[in-house]
Amino acid sequence: MAPLLEIKGLKTHFSTDDGILQAVDGVDISINRGETLCVVGESGCGKTVTAMSILKLIAMPPGRIAAGEIIFEGRDLVPLTSNQLDEIRAKEIGFIFQEPMTSLNPVLTIGEQIAESLRRHEAVTKKQALERTIEMLKLVQIPNAEGRVHHYPHQFSGGMRQRVMIAMALACKPKLVIADEPTTALDVTIQAQILDLLQDMKERFGMAVMLITHAMGVVAETAQRVVVMYAGKVVEEAPVDDLFGDPRHPYTQGLIRSIPRIDLDSEHKTRLEAIGGSVPILINPPVGCRFAPRCRFAMSICTEKEPRLREIAPGHRMACHLGDAS
Amino acid sequence: MSQYVLRRLLIAIPSLLGISVVLFVVLALAPGDPFAELATNPNVPPEVQAALRAKFGLDDPIYLRYLHWLNAMLHGDWGFSFVSRMNVDTLILQRLPATLYVIGSAQILALLIAIPVGVYAATKPYSLFDQIANTLAFIGFSLPTFFTGLLFILIFSVTLDWLPFVYSTDIKATGIRWVLEMIRQAIMPVAVLGLFQAASMTRFVRSAMLDVIRLDYVTTARAKGLGQAKVIVKHVMRNAMIPVVTLIALQMPAVFGGAIVTEQIFRIPGIGSLLISSILSNDTPVVMAVTFVFACLVVLFNLIADVLYGWLDPRISLR
Repeated sequence: MAPLLEIKGLKTHFSTDDGILQAVDGVDISINRGETLCVVGESGCGKTVTAMSILKLIAMPPGRIAAGEIIFEGRDLVPLTSNQLDEIRAKEIGFIFQEPMTSLNPVLTIGEQIAESLRRHEAVTKKQALERTIEMLKLVQIPNAEGRVHHYPHQFSGGMRQRVMIAMALACKPKLVIADEPTTALDVTIQAQILDLLQDMKERFGMAVMLITHAMGVVAETAQRVVVMYAGKVVEEAPVDDLFGDPRHPYTQGLIRSIPRIDLDSEHKTRLEAIGGSVPILINPPVGCRFAPRCRFAMSICTEKEPRLREIAPGHRMACHLGDAS
Repeated sequence: MSQYVLRRLLIAIPSLLGISVVLFVVLALAPGDPFAELATNPNVPPEVQAALRAKFGLDDPIYLRYLHWLNAMLHGDWGFSFVSRMNVDTLILQRLPATLYVIGSAQILALLIAIPVGVYAATKPYSLFDQIANTLAFIGFSLPTFFTGLLFILIFSVTLDWLPFVYSTDIKATGIRWVLEMIRQAIMPVAVLGLFQAASMTRFVRSAMLDVIRLDYVTTARAKGLGQAKVIVKHVMRNAMIPVVTLIALQMPAVFGGAIVTEQIFRIPGIGSLLISSILSNDTPVVMAVTFVFACLVVLFNLIADVLYGWLDPRISLR
């Protein structure tokens, strides 16, 4: 069966004063129906830009989709105008944003903000929209939903606002929900609750989830498949068990080693490993592998030739010269 | 809410008292008083002058004169204009309609230009439209009204002879012709004042819109597929107008001040020209009353700004 969403060779560029910033440079990602796909990588790897490009939510200009296809249910979204995309936004693809504190409009009640997407996409009266909104708020476990629906965002805590965001994204029962670091801005205890809620909702509505995160712990808990991104490119892609059991790309290995462990006794405890250096700025990126300057296994070929993404086991792809050598 | 307004009005009393003291002292320190002319008039004998000064308490100590004025004010007695030979309150009420008509129309014109232009420019920043709007706005608020006013008179009254340049309150016409004449003579002052206001307001609306347009919740609104127009009006404008409305309310007293110059140029018999002519003729009671009215306007519009702010922004609760 064809995947629900297939991104092929996506390149999203931003023109800046210093030159063209290649935030996303040839990314292939596909998501099947009902699947949870995690996209991981450090800040600045192009995860968010990839997700925002799907519905053209990046600022254009200066942003621009320079190449590639985004096929959703057999239809390429790239050539569509913003007006045509409006039919797909929220209705087919819902979005949950990173910052619950700033992603809700402070001067409108949360009820109004959830109901407006219902009223935009479905033939409902004002009263029906309100009922559906209250129903959604109950589903995301907001206590006293009938009263809270008329409250403003500042009257909710961060965790509650993220529940509102989830209710908003799911109101029209989209086939795909893109969650861009939905728990990053929250307390650890609340993070778990929100992830559980997302999982619940996914099972209830049978939608696919594209979860963007930089927390490997979140990945292990929620994903079926994982895509690892580095500097605007996919460097490894695998089912979640393979990725944690047999990470091949040095960057993935570094990410996994940087997860704090509390299961070791004090004798085996070592310093937490970090990947030295930081993500390069993607204006005139260096030739060869973009991770090479930070890679402990870097060879001479790494700075000369760019590694291609290739399949090394069923469903497991990666882009590194190391695999060639072995 | 009503409690808040009441409390703010009570707080306004001491500040108005303070303002009136300052105004009174400054006017008392200024040279000349309503009887200064009598001193140079050879037909009035010195003893009559002295008697008159004593009768009106002009030689009393300043605090006594202030208390006297305050007491009269509290009893609704605004004083008597020696120059116009009528009560000050009647005089002000007579002059007020012309000022309100011109300033009100100018303010409406400014809003009608500034909001659409500012909003549209902000949705397409650095486009040709935005550049032109910015340039015109820059020129607009760089040119003082006394300059554009004279320029307009020169072009539209003197050269082209399309519009009258002296504003008249007793138009010799009735019915529709009177209305048309009223509009015709207000075109130039309203345009001069309104365009000047519109220039700075446009830039303010544009930057307020640009501040909001890149915020996260606007992206959220876009992700709902609402369409550009609805996103701009419902999500961006609704937020961007909060500082704009506040600014406009706070600017109102300054607009009255700025209108003084415009009224003088177009000979509009409004409050502003009343103030200038009474300063020139040492008509202290009128000067005191008009400046005090301006002070009250400042306090009133500050209160209006705060109430509007609380009404527009649910995060602020007025208690």
